[in-house]
Amino acid sequence: MKQSGNILFSGVGGQGILLASELTAHAQLAAGFDVKKSEVHGMAQRGGSVEAHLRYGKRVYSPLIEPGAADILVAFEILEAVRYLPYLHRSSTVVVNTRKILPPAVALGKAAYPENILDELKSHHIKVVPIDAFAVAESVGELRTVNVAMVGAMSNFLAAAPAIFLKVIDRAVKPQFAEVNKKAFSAGRAAVRV
Amino acid sequence: MAFDNETTLWLSGNEAIALGAWEAGVRVASGYPGTPSTEIMENLSRYEGVHAEWAPNEKVGLEVAIGASFAGARALATMKHVGLNVAADPLFTAAYTGVRGGLVILNADDPQMHSSQNEQDNRNYAFAAKLPMLEPSDPAEAKQMIGRAYELSEQLDAPVIIRITTRIAHVKGVVEKGARRGTPEPSIEKSPAKLVMLPGNARVRRVAVEKRMQALRDLVETLPENRIEPGTGTRGFITSGVPYNYVKEIFPDAPVLKLGMVWPLPEKMIRAFAATVGELIVVEELDPFIETHLKAMGIPCRGKDLIPNQGELNSFIVRKAIVPETIGEIFAPLDLPMRPPNMCAGCPHRGLFYGLSRMKDVFVSGDIGCYTLGFLPPLSAMDSCVCMGASIGVAHGMAKALGKQGEGKVVAVLGDSTFMHSGITGLLNMAYNGTYASVIILDNRTTAMTGHQENPASGKSILGEPALALNIEELCRALGIRRVSVVNPHDVEATRKVLKEEIEAPEPSVIISRAPCVLLPEEVKRQKPVYFTNLDNCTGCSLCVQMGCPAISWTPLAPEEAVARGYREKQKGFARIAEVQCNGCGQCACVCKFEAITKKEAK
Ligand SMILES: Cc1ncc(C[n+]2csc(CCOP(=O)(O)OP(=O)(O)O)c2C)c(N)n1
Repeated sequence: MKQSGNILFSGVGGQGILLASELTAHAQLAAGFDVKKSEVHGMAQRGGSVEAHLRYGKRVYSPLIEPGAADILVAFEILEAVRYLPYLHRSSTVVVNTRKILPPAVALGKAAYPENILDELKSHHIKVVPIDAFAVAESVGELRTVNVAMVGAMSNFLAAAPAIFLKVIDRAVKPQFAEVNKKAFSAGRAAVRV
Repeated sequence: MAFDNETTLWLSGNEAIALGAWEAGVRVASGYPGTPSTEIMENLSRYEGVHAEWAPNEKVGLEVAIGASFAGARALATMKHVGLNVAADPLFTAAYTGVRGGLVILNADDPQMHSSQNEQDNRNYAFAAKLPMLEPSDPAEAKQMIGRAYELSEQLDAPVIIRITTRIAHVKGVVEKGARRGTPEPSIEKSPAKLVMLPGNARVRRVAVEKRMQALRDLVETLPENRIEPGTGTRGFITSGVPYNYVKEIFPDAPVLKLGMVWPLPEKMIRAFAATVGELIVVEELDPFIETHLKAMGIPCRGKDLIPNQGELNSFIVRKAIVPETIGEIFAPLDLPMRPPNMCAGCPHRGLFYGLSRMKDVFVSGDIGCYTLGFLPPLSAMDSCVCMGASIGVAHGMAKALGKQGEGKVVAVLGDSTFMHSGITGLLNMAYNGTYASVIILDNRTTAMTGHQENPASGKSILGEPALALNIEELCRALGIRRVSVVNPHDVEATRKVLKEEIEAPEPSVIISRAPCVLLPEEVKRQKPVYFTNLDNCTGCSLCVQMGCPAISWTPLAPEEAVARGYREKQKGFARIAEVQCNGCGQCACVCKFEAITKKEAK
């Protein structure tokens, strides 16, 4: 089992990356690691690019991941995956939600959404794991579970057993949403090929 | 690590500080929201036995805490770095009066300006106000230091400042919970010679301040928060706060002097440490604060010649500055469309700024809040923004400088919380000294930017209990403004008309643009209509697209494509509303002249 690691979450403000990173942190704590997690609140949350850094190990000092050191990137949007290329290394894994969210310049018709941009990651030998997390959330009947579906997909690449995550979800979300979130987790976990 | 229990918690720095304040027996806490400090007061308000409140600004917040301390209670004031500028007046003199109950000022700096208008290093305030300042390195230490700060405050008869940064406030880590400490009951106890800062008394206290600094200089030599971590190698580090983590990360075996108290500095300890290392490097974020004082002591060291004095540090920056040879392959970033923050779909501010964006020769003196995003394209309707409340004074000054040529061309824009924070006095000045400039108050019923805090006009206390709801119109009239109007910014056309009339008026006027923030919980729950585009009617005029709503996007068309879709060959494209994102404000339907945007009833 890996003794330490860095997981970066990226997405667009409002997509729920805080909950996703929170569930992951709790699972890693339950697996016996020291964990530090860093977020940015305030201005950054108004529909802009957002990120959360999670580091685990025996004893974690720095709350921030260094460029070139993210082992897993959980990206909630394609552009927000490739934006973090400098954080990745040749054996990084990128779990990426394939639903596009147009940045303002694209929505205004002033710029184009880059085509096939995930190839940029592949060309650096980075393992890219695409998932249509929106479709997964739709399939469990609750669109707001996109973030938990993403955690499910990512969990394939962590040592922590699915049961740990399911327990964490039970504790972290309101009882009336626990079932649907657990379903989203399992569906997300099953939706990607490892 | 045993994590699954009642006393080992996973908390953010701000949650840990609230817990620490509760454990320390704090009874009264006051502050004004500001990233990254906001969650401290929000969390503290939920603890039993603490009166926590939102003050209208940081100066009032600190004064409230000083009063509680004078009554013998442990008290806390919280603020972001620029908030301490606002509270600087009481701060400097509270250094003279000293305290009765322990008094802590929790100051949150924001290196990198993640959510701020400047990047000041508030360690300089400790030096300037002659006050002790503690600086933790992580959430667990932040909690522990709050307790220490109260002990020191009462022991030294001094307010104590704790400086945190974004990477304490919004970093989560493992924290041990403790019990709440008993503290003496508050009471009235008079000591006018100590508390009435007339020159005669103040001169006496001035001497006491110096005596206290001397006592502190002795005390810091043995303070457990200052510690030498022995190590190997000739390179030694002096560091504090978050950068300590970066040093430990890169140089786990090097000798380190970790300063938990950054002012005053433990000179003897520093000299002793410096004597044991070959090369001394100071690793600190922002200003060369420690470095400058080391150099004043005559201790040779390196610091800002290696490490940037701007922006937030991280282990990579420190690595690059000191041991660049340890950096492996780093992939270059790609050139991608940026994703800056934007006003939400359905934001009432958009309707108002759309109106202003159509008045190209009007100077819009802006202010700080969500509405500052009105600066961004496509609206591009803000021309200056200095600090909270400044919009009104700036507009007044411009009008005075411009004289006649500025008539009908100067307007200030600020939010409801910002108006109450520090806009009221500016408006009084306008009424008193006279002007043709206008003021727009964007009353979205909340303090949105920092995460929806209640305020004196929202009708609720920090705990959501009923409270005064300031009548902003009446206040403006009482200040002497005769022209006060209220508009609904979702009615874009009516708003534009009022804007034009009031901005052109030759006397001071206030326009209150009133509609609730769409992110308020009651608004999120409310059944709202959804708008959709009748693509057949869209002429591609792009007026709706120019509002910059994230729910509206533009699809460009080549002439053949336009024709194939049954449009005129010249039509350059069409607009479409993403119905899942629409919040039903109807502003776009207001500007569309072709009936291409239609309301669908409740979602
Ligand atoms: C002196 C100072 N204190 C606090 C802040 C943090 N801050 C920025 S905007 C804002 C609130 C803005 O609220 P409001 O004026 O109601 O506008 P809204 O965001 O609701 O549009 C605060 C508290 C600051 N920038 N400066």
